Amino acid sequence: MATAVIAPANREEGLIQELGYEDHFHEHHHGDKYQSNFISHYVFSQDHKMIAKQFLITGMMWAIIGGLMSLVFRMQLGFPEESIAWLKPVLGKWIAVNSDGVGSLVPDFYYALVTMHGTILVFFVLTAGLSGTFSNLLIPLMIGARDMASPMLNMMSYWFFFISGTIMFASLFLSTGPFAGGWVAYPPLSALPQAMDGSGAGMTLWTISLVFFVVSVLLGGINYITTVLNLRTKGMSMWRLPLPIWAFFVTAILGLLSFPVLVSAFFLMMLDRGIGTSFYLSDIYIGGQALDHVGGSPILYQHLFWFLGHPEVYIIILPAMGIVSEVLSVNARKPIFGYKAMVFSILAIGFLSFIVWAHHMFMSGVNPFIANFFVVFTLIIAVPSAVKVFNWIATLYGGSVRFNPASLFGIGFVSMFISGGLTGIWLGNSTLDIQLHDTYFVVAHFHIVMGVAAFFGMYAGVYHWFPKMYGRFMNETLGKFHFWGTIIGAYCVFWPMHFIGMAGVPRRYYSFDVFQSFSQFGDLNKFITIAAIITFGFQLLFVLNFFYSIWKGRKMKTMNPYNANTLEWTTPIETGHGNWPGKLPAVQRWAYDYGKDGREFISQVEPVGPDESPAH
Amino acid sequence: METTVNKEMEVATRRNKIHPKKLALWVGLVSLIMMFTALTSAYVVRRAAGNWLEFDIPSIFYWNTLVIVVSSLTLHAAYSAFKREAAFAYKSLLSLTFVLGIAFVILQYLGWEQLAAEGVPLKINPSGDFVYAISGLHAVHVLGGIAVLTVALVVAFVRKLKRTPARQLRLELTLTYWHFVDLLWIYLIVFLSLQR
Repeated sequence: MATAVIAPANREEGLIQELGYEDHFHEHHHGDKYQSNFISHYVFSQDHKMIAKQFLITGMMWAIIGGLMSLVFRMQLGFPEESIAWLKPVLGKWIAVNSDGVGSLVPDFYYALVTMHGTILVFFVLTAGLSGTFSNLLIPLMIGARDMASPMLNMMSYWFFFISGTIMFASLFLSTGPFAGGWVAYPPLSALPQAMDGSGAGMTLWTISLVFFVVSVLLGGINYITTVLNLRTKGMSMWRLPLPIWAFFVTAILGLLSFPVLVSAFFLMMLDRGIGTSFYLSDIYIGGQALDHVGGSPILYQHLFWFLGHPEVYIIILPAMGIVSEVLSVNARKPIFGYKAMVFSILAIGFLSFIVWAHHMFMSGVNPFIANFFVVFTLIIAVPSAVKVFNWIATLYGGSVRFNPASLFGIGFVSMFISGGLTGIWLGNSTLDIQLHDTYFVVAHFHIVMGVAAFFGMYAGVYHWFPKMYGRFMNETLGKFHFWGTIIGAYCVFWPMHFIGMAGVPRRYYSFDVFQSFSQFGDLNKFITIAAIITFGFQLLFVLNFFYSIWKGRKMKTMNPYNANTLEWTTPIETGHGNWPGKLPAVQRWAYDYGKDGREFISQVEPVGPDESPAH
Repeated sequence: METTVNKEMEVATRRNKIHPKKLALWVGLVSLIMMFTALTSAYVVRRAAGNWLEFDIPSIFYWNTLVIVVSSLTLHAAYSAFKREAAFAYKSLLSLTFVLGIAFVILQYLGWEQLAAEGVPLKINPSGDFVYAISGLHAVHVLGGIAVLTVALVVAFVRKLKRTPARQLRLELTLTYWHFVDLLWIYLIVFLSLQR
């Protein structure tokens, strides 16, 4: 089958036919074989675009589960006197009904919910759902590749994630409940099966699930790195990569270097749990009885965990940063401000993320002199972060901004990142951390800066690239409602928590009844809970919009609806396997020639003209 | 079916750069290096905290180093034989590597028994447990290498030796991984000997 010569649909397609790179891809009879039946097309697909959708929809399902969990424990915190016996049909024995008929959450299950909420959101939603979705969708499309370096590994990456999720989901139904020792799984609660109910089978399943998850991240990461380094099309030098690709690339490197350390930590923990070694456990009594563990150190686990844990927060936020950079530039109709500064700050953040882990452990008995070192590097992260914030604002400044849901969420991301980032500077100081450690201030900080902000980046990406995924647009009006509901709601949920935290209210507590000094926050807690429920409701609007638009959304009529420069918009509306029907595009310029020489946009496939003003 | 598709795709998108599968293996090895770096760092940190039992590494471990180094050399010789299409030399050297690999794992087990007999069984002190854990995790990776070698061995005895790019690539990947577990062990034995 020779490459069919089709009349080009637009200028870019003509340029690809004329100047593109012929790789003889479509001379092989595999396009149909590749996804000919339901199973190989929708289930065990090896096509990066389908795998991206699988990651996204699985991530959305987990986000709903994790979000609902937070509502349940928020109701307990905000309205401890109200009965939630009506949840008994779902939660069963985890709702205890007292003699007055008032049902409340069983404390053990409260801890389990908090733990699961953290684990699910951090790993399943904001790692797999965010970087898994957009790395898969955008890397091959934006660098001009037919697919990932290894489509097979890519498929396995999703299915390992699926298995991991299934195991975690199963742990919710154990009679002893899921793991309840916090998402960080510190020993001894995690290392002693008899420590509490959730530490038994719940913890075992939690660990197995996360080991599968790490395999998924590593398979994905190996693929992303290999693809970016090896499969860029002709002319796509590293300095011409769109910013999301830089972000995904560095994210994958961070994952590759940090997740194996978590496996090592789990490996030692499994030995402690399984055969009774004492890596993390020292002299300890349970129920008045001394256990025969000697000489272990729970701090050792914290070091290993946070060596993953801190890069992990950048694994979450970097993809969002990359997505937002692209979305803001396209919708401001301006080149991204300071492209190279953006790349170098991504690299700097990536590097620094490995030498700040102990700032999570200032209160764990870390030597104050060593703490100084970690304070300094933590505060230095503010520099590349501030460079990025400045560049986003400068990109927007003076632009003819299109206010669509994608760009609104992009702007919302910047707002959230500033709010949450500033409190990071507080928490990075080991002296302030003495007061603020393990309070609601920390909860507010990380929810705003990596929870809500990463979600905003994800929403910006979904609204922006939805047409590339499904050939239809999401509803803009609903999208705007979603945006305003979410940004106002999220600030209402997390802003008050700063004040509660500064007053010293500790996180993870089931009830504050016995603390007279905290009773003043009862109304604020009610307010937060109501705000959380309303904000969650707005997310359901998004879910409805998403699934409605897959089938009924406004159809995409042109290949490049946003007049964007990047390569994904040079593929056909119905992007088939191999992405480009004929030749691969040859890249002639960087990705951000917007508003240059009086032209609104100049695609990356267009050669630099003889009298064009010098490149960026 | 899928593999042919992938192969075509690789040919289609590869342009005088390192083969994607080789790059992927190297990138994957980096993650394994991080895993062992984490364990040896944990060892250093834990040792500095005191309550640490000092003992000598079982002598079998040193002999074992010799075994795995020789197995690396024989596999490399097998690779040269493959390139010369010397079928007999290839098959015998590959078999020898396989036997040495098995021998390494068995000797590793005997090394643990020696360690226990010398008064450092499991659960006495983290210093001993670290040796069991680190060498055990390494042995698991050697077993992974043996699994790959088994495939190579079956192919070598079932199919006629022919130097095709696909087969050479597979052998080169096997070779890289095997050298990796060899070098990893050398690092570990040097580390464990010096850190006491």
